Amino acid sequence: MQNKMALTPVLTAHWDDPKSFEIETYKKHGGYVALKNSLKMTPDEVIGIVKDSGLRGRGGAGFPTGMKWSFVPQNDGKPHYLVVNADESEPGACKDIPLMLANPHSLVEGIAIASYAIRANHAFIYIRGEVPHVIRRVMNAVEQAYAEGLLGKNIQGSGFNLEVVVHAGAGAYICGEETALLDSLEGRRGQPRLKPPFPAVAGLYASPTVVNNAETLASVPSIILNGADWFKSMGTEKSPGFKLFAVSGHVNRPGIFEAALGTTMSELLDYAGGMRKGSKLKFWIPGGSSVPMLTPDHIDIPMTYEDLAAAGTMLGTGTPMMFDHTTSVVKAVTRWLEFYKHESCGKCTPCREGTYWITGVLEKFEHGKGKEEELEVINDVCGQIAGRSFCALGDAAATPFPGAMKYFADEFREATRTSADASFPPSATTIFDKAGV
Amino acid sequence: MSVKAITEEDIKTLETLAAKYPERRSALLPMLHYVQSIQGMVSPAGIQVCAKVLDLTPAEVAAVATFYTMYKRFPMGKHHIGVCVNTLCALLGGDDLWKELTDTLGIGHDETTADGLFTLERIECQAACTVAPVMTVNWEFMDSMNPTLLRDLIDKLKIGAPVQSTRGVQITSISDSQRVLAGINDGKYQESPLADDSMLAGLRVAKERKMSAPVGKGAK
Amino acid sequence: MTLTSDNKQTNTENQITATIDGIQVQVPKGTLIIRAAERMGTFVPRFCDHPSLAPVAACRMCLVEIEGMPKPQPSCAIPLTEGMVVKTQMTSEVAEKAQAGVMEFLLINHPLDCPVCDKGGECPLQNQAMTAGRAESRFDIEKRTFPKPIELSTEILLDRERCVECARCTRFSEEIAGDPFIELLERGAKQQVGIATDEPFNSYFSGNTVQICPVGALTSSSYRFRSRPFDLVSVPTTCEHCASGCSLRTDYRRETVMRRLAWEDPAVNEDWNCDKGRFAFSYLKTNRLTQPKVRTKDGNQVDALWPDAIDFAAKGLKDAKGKVGVLLGGRLTLEDAYAYSKFARLALETNDIDFRNRVNSAEEQDFLGSVVAGSAGTVTYADLEKAQNVLLVNFEPEEESPIVFLRLRKAAEKGQINIIAIAPYLSRGLEKINAEVVATKPGDEAKVLRGLEIAQDSIILVGERAAATEGTLSAVIEVAEKTNSKLSWIPRRAGERGAVEVGALPNLLPGARPVTESSARSEVGAIWGVNGSDIPSKPGRNHAEIIQAAINGELKALVIAGLDVLDAPDPQALGLAINSVDFVITLGIQENSLTRYANVSLPVAPVTEKSGTFINWEGRPRPFGRAITSTNALTDARVLAMIAESLGLDFGLQTIEELRQELSSFGSWNGNKLVKPTVTAKDSAKTSVGNAILSTWNLLLDDGALQKGEEHLAGTQRPVVAHMSEKTATDNKLENEEKVIISNSRGSITIKLEIIEMVNDVVWIPSNNHDSKVKSKLGAKEGDVVTIKKGSF
Repeated sequence: MQNKMALTPVLTAHWDDPKSFEIETYKKHGGYVALKNSLKMTPDEVIGIVKDSGLRGRGGAGFPTGMKWSFVPQNDGKPHYLVVNADESEPGACKDIPLMLANPHSLVEGIAIASYAIRANHAFIYIRGEVPHVIRRVMNAVEQAYAEGLLGKNIQGSGFNLEVVVHAGAGAYICGEETALLDSLEGRRGQPRLKPPFPAVAGLYASPTVVNNAETLASVPSIILNGADWFKSMGTEKSPGFKLFAVSGHVNRPGIFEAALGTTMSELLDYAGGMRKGSKLKFWIPGGSSVPMLTPDHIDIPMTYEDLAAAGTMLGTGTPMMFDHTTSVVKAVTRWLEFYKHESCGKCTPCREGTYWITGVLEKFEHGKGKEEELEVINDVCGQIAGRSFCALGDAAATPFPGAMKYFADEFREATRTSADASFPPSATTIFDKAGV
Repeated sequence: MSVKAITEEDIKTLETLAAKYPERRSALLPMLHYVQSIQGMVSPAGIQVCAKVLDLTPAEVAAVATFYTMYKRFPMGKHHIGVCVNTLCALLGGDDLWKELTDTLGIGHDETTADGLFTLERIECQAACTVAPVMTVNWEFMDSMNPTLLRDLIDKLKIGAPVQSTRGVQITSISDSQRVLAGINDGKYQESPLADDSMLAGLRVAKERKMSAPVGKGAK
Repeated sequence: MTLTSDNKQTNTENQITATIDGIQVQVPKGTLIIRAAERMGTFVPRFCDHPSLAPVAACRMCLVEIEGMPKPQPSCAIPLTEGMVVKTQMTSEVAEKAQAGVMEFLLINHPLDCPVCDKGGECPLQNQAMTAGRAESRFDIEKRTFPKPIELSTEILLDRERCVECARCTRFSEEIAGDPFIELLERGAKQQVGIATDEPFNSYFSGNTVQICPVGALTSSSYRFRSRPFDLVSVPTTCEHCASGCSLRTDYRRETVMRRLAWEDPAVNEDWNCDKGRFAFSYLKTNRLTQPKVRTKDGNQVDALWPDAIDFAAKGLKDAKGKVGVLLGGRLTLEDAYAYSKFARLALETNDIDFRNRVNSAEEQDFLGSVVAGSAGTVTYADLEKAQNVLLVNFEPEEESPIVFLRLRKAAEKGQINIIAIAPYLSRGLEKINAEVVATKPGDEAKVLRGLEIAQDSIILVGERAAATEGTLSAVIEVAEKTNSKLSWIPRRAGERGAVEVGALPNLLPGARPVTESSARSEVGAIWGVNGSDIPSKPGRNHAEIIQAAINGELKALVIAGLDVLDAPDPQALGLAINSVDFVITLGIQENSLTRYANVSLPVAPVTEKSGTFINWEGRPRPFGRAITSTNALTDARVLAMIAESLGLDFGLQTIEELRQELSSFGSWNGNKLVKPTVTAKDSAKTSVGNAILSTWNLLLDDGALQKGEEHLAGTQRPVVAHMSEKTATDNKLENEEKVIISNSRGSITIKLEIIEMVNDVVWIPSNNHDSKVKSKLGAKEGDVVTIKKGSF
């Protein structure tokens, strides 16, 4: 059953329509009906449906969305805010960006419903700055929704008001962390905040705030429209519903695959046309560089929060990166650490200094100049970061190396003698053909 | 390279941006994007102006301007060219593209060609891994690049021939892109090409294999 | 109702019980783990934590284990809760390892320059590295380096390599001082403290960042490379620069003060002080007088032996007996001011004594005698912190009493205080305490006060400048009484409040006793060992009257002490007075135009070389001991005692103990106090095109006598500009950023104009910065009319 029904286009169902991003197209396929239905319910009823559906955050942590909404205090006299985390920057994650490009109205409708539910009259869409094409589409969708009375004052005669602002970031991975995002949205350095207080109590402008991932919110209208049971008929008990899986790397047909949670990696790989010709899967990462890598032995594990956790990794953003036998693990890990070093916000010591240190040592290994005893040092340093840094970025930075050592320790030992490029010629790893085309 | 001054008109625009938010300081990132669209960088003068509009100290603005990678402390050329060198893109060809690009233009990271046309940057993951290796021109994506496409791209930009981003608009200048980031809608949302193979990959397989989500009660 | 049992009950309600390292502790609710541990004697290492700053948990040095939590937690940011079980590094391997890990991280990029670092020997990083660090580094790649040091201001230097990014300095500047001129810049491993281009760290409180820096990243230009902590002798002292009354620590080496630090005093300055108090001590070594000098018959001043100089002085005073005036400065200690008060009455048999070497009035001396004298503790720092409504009259807290400013700002940051200021414009300092300004022309204060809606039970703080405009102080008294508000006077100089208490005024004897009250004279006489009738009963001449009497020959001699001619309300008149009398005695620490002119110049001890007491604005005694003991500098009191002895008087006051004992014997005065002034205010002066009303005050950092010789500090003075409203400027065809000439019959000042939002027809200039020297160039005061016209470059 699950196999047959694995691909479940909902958000992506009409992306092949040349005007998938226009409001008419969206409405033609039932768009904004869920909003109208919601406005006839009480906010708590809306929260109830989302809670029942079991929808979990699609940004990486998988926190139950309905529960998050219900944490917002009511009748506290303070303004409430909804903030959309569309700062998709996790290496490997590439699903919110195409979603907002092709189907921005699903997000706008989700925002309107969520804002109504949490009694927010102001929502902000924080989109990473490097994607003007997406920002245009979302700005346009918001403008169209205003023009049709789906945003703004007294929406559809309900008495509910909502202002939506599209806001561009400026290049900082850390702003994907929700409190750093809030500081950034307040016009500050995007450094994470001390918790408590949590955003639900004191978030944007010290007022109750919900921060939701873009895909999460875009999933909401279909749940309101079709009901929690419909949503739960997909996926597993603990990981209900559909999700955008973005498969990248050495596969024949990289792309977006919207499927029920619980679909296995081998199924997704099949949809993606398998590994490229003549190549063998070496390792893969289920949901962004911040989650530990897996090997071909793991490709039949269902892609759910719980099954991947049991395998010692995480679903994360649900965007598997597939690397074949031509890939140097040492080089891959080094590059990821360079990323974390570049993106460490600098606030806490372990992350700031630890990423500097590990990266420096790994670079020696990449050039075949590591010392065997330094593998132990890197491992120690990772241990000194994990669980001690201010936010999850530190934990993430401490993930790739131990994850890689678990399966590819020999390759690191070899890197005390041979450079990554010598062991794994880059020309074989690239996807250009021999002529460089 | 002389940097364009910020005019009274620009300050009015900055004021408009500040007025969009419940608390004015929230507009600082968009304002810095705007300043950069005018000056090709965030100059000390630009920092002063933002500080004045928001009633902050210049140090408070500098703290923000220096935190985010997209704000430049040096004047950029007409086109900003990024090559993703994060792991996946790098391995799939980004490293080669970078080498090709720097060899061709004779400049490196954060450097600008003498003719003021190109500024290069090694950029991090752009959330375009399904179309790796990816490059950006003025932050408009150039998907699934290879050395041949790269050479063609540079040649066209050099002579000012039309270049269409694979996901965004026809290339104009970094300044124009930066205005959009400031929140000024240029109305070009229809200029992006249709959804590409990677975006439609799942939908096509689903159609081919007759897979779909269960029919819900809300279906028309 | 018994207070004790009530207290107990509240105590238990607010107390929680928890376990730290296996020991049960009881602490007030909300106590952070790190403080609770400290209470029981366990020091959890820390860098970013500071008790007066909000927690950030950034350095991660203070990680401890908390039962039930999977990861080690920052003890600086988590309050202890009921039943919590905490294990610090003393009992937890997890905590110990976590801390050791952070220490290793902090050291990998830290330079090994301890031997040349100012912080070496008193460095928390160095100390903690000794106890928790590894013996050998495992770090085998290139260290992060920065060019060093960079100037954040002329006073504060930054060595970025040494910085541990704890952000104490930037948090202090924003949270406490309200001066976010330094910030964390850049990101990640490149993160660094810095300033914006072209805007240096010119905060009046910048020196505190050097003190709270837990490493040697921030150093001061004046102390850099000067000394080693273990070569210094530290003594607690009191700041002599203003009436805030800060506790300080003075560090000296071989008779030279090397640096001064804020000394924690929760009731007064908490953990902080201002840069004037911290850095302005070069004057102690500048132009110091060490030898008595006398003017010989041929007109030359020559060095003299002490006995000869004393006899010479005594003879001069004897010759002028009954015709001697005593002019004091506002910087004397309580003890020394008392000695002058006694000396005037007993040795000189006069009430012609005044300490107010600044703008003053007869109304003010009645105000001081009736409202201020004997009013200690009416308003305290703690009162300011919890105040609901505060009214400021002619008082700029940040410029004129910076610690009052910090306390008002603390209250303002908490949000419950409502501050209204009667001032010509909203200064930056007033803005930082969220004050609302009632824009007032100098001269209109009384009128504005009477027309203002003032909340009952407010606190009214009035500055010394209120004396400049007639009727202001009378109106202040009136509205304070009407609104049942507490009234406190905040002078600028450290000695003024004490000088009021000891009666260094023409109408006042020690302890708020009017000279005109016979029982007051009897009480004082009893202590002085004379009959009350031996004390002159007629109010004496005040500052202006003494000068006038000297000029027209009614006075023959002047005793001048602790006074700079440039501080005088009218330096020209003071000069004339000195020229007019036969005999001038000066007592001072520095050679200046007055001492050079004196018939007898007697050197006295500066604050570092004597014991003494300053009474701060609250009326709180701030006693201090002698820091440098090996010089033989004498106090003013000791010198006066010697002169008195030479005059054949039994003056007493030979030692500080004797002085303090005598002072304490006065007790409180229960008789009639001076009558409160009820002076009718005039309206502000009329102006027309071409002139404006002058407004002026001293900036905290200016060209004052005690700031001489401290160039690094001088570099952080505020920009010297004139302020005017747009309308006033337009009316007078003046333009922003252009030069304006402010003049009167006496002289002129040329200064850059900065147009701001302020009351019309008024021009404000700083009193004593660079070319803007209001007293010496214009001899004018607040409220006077001056001519304004366009200047040229």
